Amino acid sequence: MSTTTLTDGRAAEQALPAQYTLDHLDHLESEAVHIFREVAGEFERPVILFSGGKDSVVMLHLALKAFAPAPLPFSLLHVDTGHNFPEVLAYRDAIVERLGVRLVVAKVQDYIDDGRLRERPDGTRNPLQTVPLLDAIEEHRFDAVFGGGRRDEEKARAKERVFSLRDAFGAWDPRRQRPELWDLYNGKHAPGEHVRVFPLSNWTELDVWRYIEREGILLPEIYYAHEREVFARDGMWLTAGEWGGPRAGEQSQSRLVRYRTVGDMSCTGAVDSDAADVASVIREVGASRLTERGATRADDRLSEAAMEDRKRQGYF
Amino acid sequence: MTITDNAPAPAVLDDAARPRHDLLRLATAGSVDDGKSTLVGRLLYDTKSVLADQLDAVERVSRDRGLEAADLALLTDGLRAEREQGITIDVAYRYFSTATRSYVLADTPGHVQYTRNMVTGASTAELALILVDARHGVVEQTRRHLAVTGLLGVRHVALAVNKMDLVDWDETAFKAIVVEFEELAARFGIEDVVAVPVSALLGDNIVDRSERATWYSGPTLLEHLEAVPVGTSPDTQALRLPVQYVVRPRTPEHPDYRGYAGRLASGVVRPGDEVVVLPSGGRTTVVGIDRAGADGDVQQLDVAFAPQSVVLRLADDLDVSRGDLIAAADAPGLLTRSLNGTVAVLSDRPLRQRDRVLLRVGTRTVRALVDDIVDQLDIASMQQQPAPEGLGLNAIGRVRLRLAEDVAIDDYRELRRTGSFLLIDESDGSTLAAGMAEAPDRSAGEGI
Repeated sequence: MSTTTLTDGRAAEQALPAQYTLDHLDHLESEAVHIFREVAGEFERPVILFSGGKDSVVMLHLALKAFAPAPLPFSLLHVDTGHNFPEVLAYRDAIVERLGVRLVVAKVQDYIDDGRLRERPDGTRNPLQTVPLLDAIEEHRFDAVFGGGRRDEEKARAKERVFSLRDAFGAWDPRRQRPELWDLYNGKHAPGEHVRVFPLSNWTELDVWRYIEREGILLPEIYYAHEREVFARDGMWLTAGEWGGPRAGEQSQSRLVRYRTVGDMSCTGAVDSDAADVASVIREVGASRLTERGATRADDRLSEAAMEDRKRQGYF
Repeated sequence: MTITDNAPAPAVLDDAARPRHDLLRLATAGSVDDGKSTLVGRLLYDTKSVLADQLDAVERVSRDRGLEAADLALLTDGLRAEREQGITIDVAYRYFSTATRSYVLADTPGHVQYTRNMVTGASTAELALILVDARHGVVEQTRRHLAVTGLLGVRHVALAVNKMDLVDWDETAFKAIVVEFEELAARFGIEDVVAVPVSALLGDNIVDRSERATWYSGPTLLEHLEAVPVGTSPDTQALRLPVQYVVRPRTPEHPDYRGYAGRLASGVVRPGDEVVVLPSGGRTTVVGIDRAGADGDVQQLDVAFAPQSVVLRLADDLDVSRGDLIAAADAPGLLTRSLNGTVAVLSDRPLRQRDRVLLRVGTRTVRALVDDIVDQLDIASMQQQPAPEGLGLNAIGRVRLRLAEDVAIDDYRELRRTGSFLLIDESDGSTLAAGMAEAPDRSAGEGI
């Protein structure tokens, strides 16, 4: 990478004074805090989607900072696939208790038990989250739903707004999205509609990890290297468990792995890694040749437009 | 309380130790087929921002389409609707970083009918990257891109003269385009133009220096992006803080705490500064600037500057709420009920005289009446023309608005954040137009 400077001298003359230069993480933090406060000021019943995954944890951390020293003015919502990593559930419950916040859990399992949803042939439950999510939004009359989606994650997400208007079916219509200019977010919506809000829109995976390091944020331990019983499927290491693996012919083995994303156990893969702390993870992410979704999410490999299709149906 | 461990919070950096890894927001603009997607793909690829699985996908699709080499333009194709029609229909955001800077790139399509997307992308950009095809030179689309860039107050323009390989790296052709472009840019008030001859397809002068343009000694495109100064020094601008939210914990630890949360739109603030709260006009003094540290405890700052998000505590018990503006007492701007501005129409619904709309500026929303559509800007001729039928989608024109309440607003040319506004449809909430205020009309306003 070349860092040659220009010779015309204008750069030096006009550069910001050092004491007024913001680090890019400070920029991103200030932007996210601004977004949380806009929603608190404009909406009646906002909720934060909280899975215990790193993006939702960073989102919660930013929301707490936005309103300090006052308590968090939002509740949390977890759409539980039933295929959870036990470490992540334990983490979720510990955080909720420590902060004294309200947690609503919408369970995919309840829908399968009473027949409203049917298990998919591949056993993956991530796509099944949409209906319980929309029902929870309707039941609790949530009008703004914070999600940890980032535009760097995926092609369809690159076109997502910070304030994403959803109709009564939760559907995302890319042609109906409002242009977003300056930092003027238009949250107007009709009764029955709601707005998905993405405060981490402009963050990259590496930004999230650098921020976790800078702030000393605690994460579920499965984000760091540990020994685990895994088996190979579709080129990923999946954790053995009640959800449906390993099948006959799939050998399980103990390996040193970590998770780059945390989702439904059936479609979230671990990667071989000896990164046992944040600094090692940052080195590993910086050197990685695979995106986190490409490396670890079977649901996004289904088709070129998998995410676009799910978003249109009301997914995060 | 937060989610951090009990390790001590990182020390607040003193000024000398403050890191220099900053953020540059840029917007791209190009006409159909001038290779913009390829250029953006090249920028991502050559800065190693494209990972192996993304590249695999691009190579697979390129092979399926019978192409010999990977088509980097596919990296920035987003929606299936676009792939099927081979067009770009919306602003997409891309991210890359170097040792010096992180970049947020608003990738906007070049079609005539999608001017609204360029307006959107340019609204947050500090630099516009405009493409011109070396074979075609400055075309009508280029004029439109420059008009929008100038209108939105983007101070820096990088001109990429692309497809130089198709004109055999002809220096004369390059220079002729640059001269015409710079003349046009000057008419729109853009002073900083840096032109680079490139071939996005071959990667010449994007990140790596071209072997073929032996006559060119200027920077590559990325070298220019790395060096261009960004931002306006906050101490040259007056303090503006639109109040977003009133922080009132009412907890046993903080029974009487009351602070005003907001992001500095411009300027610098220190404890002891005298401020005025608009529109009420009450004057008071800043007694504290608070921001949560990593451990969640509130830290008191000696100084805050744009664009930081903070909480201000004030000396007097004034009635301050969301929608108010805290401004420097010695440079408060103006309050007005009559507003002149230039708008870009973003909606299918045209903007007509006598329309009743909502006006959003900062955190304040008030009812407004379109008093007059003054004129419409014809991009091709650069003439102001009458607009008796109103302003349709993608039109740019001047309007006069009458407001139901006093609004504090600045001239967009001086203060971008507090001089910009939206017009919103009251019935369905859609964003009708983006506006840039001209110096408020003193005769109609109530001076402070």
